[in-house]
Amino acid sequence: MAFVNIQNLTYKYPLTKTPSLQNMNLQIEKGEFISVIGANGAGKSTLCYALAGFVPHFFKGEISGEIEVDGVASSKSTLDEWVVNVGLAFQNPFNQISGAKYTVFEEIAFGLENAGVPREQMQSRVEEAMQLTGISNLADRSPYSLSGGQQQRVALTSILVMQPKLLVLDEPTSQMDPIGTREVFSVIHNLTQSGMTVVMVEHKVEWIAHFATRVIALKDGAVLMDGKPSDVLTSDVLIENGFGVSRYTSVAREAKKQGLWKKEKLPVTLFEAAEGFGSNKL
Amino acid sequence: MNINITDLHFTYPTGLEALQGISLTIHSGEQVAIVGQNGAGKTTLVRHFNGLLKATSGSVIIGDWDTTKYSVAKLASRVGYVFQNPDEQLFSRDVLTEVEFGPKNLGYSKEKIDELVKQALVWTELTDKTETNPYDLSPTWRKMVALASIIAMDTPIVIFDEPTTGQDFANVSRIAHVIAELKKQGKTVITITHDIDFCAENFERVIALSNGQVLLDGTARDVLGQEEILAQTYVDPPQLTRLGKLLNFKETVINQEEFLKAIK
Repeated sequence: MAFVNIQNLTYKYPLTKTPSLQNMNLQIEKGEFISVIGANGAGKSTLCYALAGFVPHFFKGEISGEIEVDGVASSKSTLDEWVVNVGLAFQNPFNQISGAKYTVFEEIAFGLENAGVPREQMQSRVEEAMQLTGISNLADRSPYSLSGGQQQRVALTSILVMQPKLLVLDEPTSQMDPIGTREVFSVIHNLTQSGMTVVMVEHKVEWIAHFATRVIALKDGAVLMDGKPSDVLTSDVLIENGFGVSRYTSVAREAKKQGLWKKEKLPVTLFEAAEGFGSNKL
Repeated sequence: MNINITDLHFTYPTGLEALQGISLTIHSGEQVAIVGQNGAGKTTLVRHFNGLLKATSGSVIIGDWDTTKYSVAKLASRVGYVFQNPDEQLFSRDVLTEVEFGPKNLGYSKEKIDELVKQALVWTELTDKTETNPYDLSPTWRKMVALASIIAMDTPIVIFDEPTTGQDFANVSRIAHVIAELKKQGKTVITITHDIDFCAENFERVIALSNGQVLLDGTARDVLGQEEILAQTYVDPPQLTRLGKLLNFKETVINQEEFLKAIK
């Protein structure tokens, strides 16, 4: 059976009229790096919450269908059992930072403390995680004295340090500078190489195309497309449904109309675009 | 109304020297994007324009007002500032009250308030949500409420702090539209952004900050083509600029129109 198994999942928040997820079916294998795209309101964050157990355990509401991770059903678990396997980095780091800690180092150790990890292990795991995300220099700063992008790195690190089997990230780079964004994608890609499974909501098509193994496009709480990045991200279906595409794809689509793009398939990465337009620098 | 910044230094109480000698003039009606690494001092800089932060040394003059001598409330009539996180800004029970709050406090006439509020709601496509509590809206729409509530103040200078963060394609287009409308009205628009493609497509002038100093300042084309220097502050050139380089274009291209012209 798949590592993550979502079957006929329909979910409605307590105070909304229509369900945010509608009869969703999704299977995810171990080690996949999945990128979830979609318009605002398509159900991306709700899917993250469902994977992380917040839906329904924290938010309540009406749920039908089932979510299983590593053979365990969400409906048969409590939230504190669930978080051992699944980690979620929130869309807004301000909402995630505990407020109970004076330094970044302590903030990142917070989850490990609660899980009862011995002190020596905690120390080295926090240091390793900070090194991985490039924030060792922020260790002694207050989490609230940081810039938006730095806070976002702290929020991400405080989840990575827990070493979850399934890592769920809701727009983890939204406030990061461009090269920082690329670095985070690369770090996460490496984690999937060592067996972690990642589901990441993102708008940054260029880096999704570069690093993700699979793209899931959501619309109105259901799966609109599901496939390889190079297929999904160049599809006309995305354009028709108002999704953003990379500049490489849109410029090649226009060039194709003018006979300046000769290939059948449209590019989605810099490399594919340069190759297709006949670069001699590759 | 020009913004004149002279040798601006700012040190936070923790001892962090966030700005280390910035001198800039931003002219009336310019569309300026500020880019740079996380922690480069972008937000710290713009928070001096409306007096939220006061210079440790040096000066920031808005028109003829020295910002250290005017209150935030007073400066709000000249500089509108849309926060990075709308939740730090919104407090009213419904969207209409929120958007009316600013212009009311600036003492405009009833007719002017109605007109400004209506225009702001139309530009941000919120006309059907005026009775909704902002916190019942999705984060995306809350961002648009934050935008509308500042635009409605009709200040000559408008600052957006990372307006496109976490926004989908449709909303990024909406924000670009708002910026274009403000430009038509002759307003100065200053935007902090990490979205370099958005920056290339919507701004004439780009300032790159690095470690509290100005690294580059010039037209979008001149600044965004300098790959090596931009890398010092963790910024990549726009996608089509990078593609143009790989295709040996003689000139730097920054948008689709220029790219298609160059490839012919």
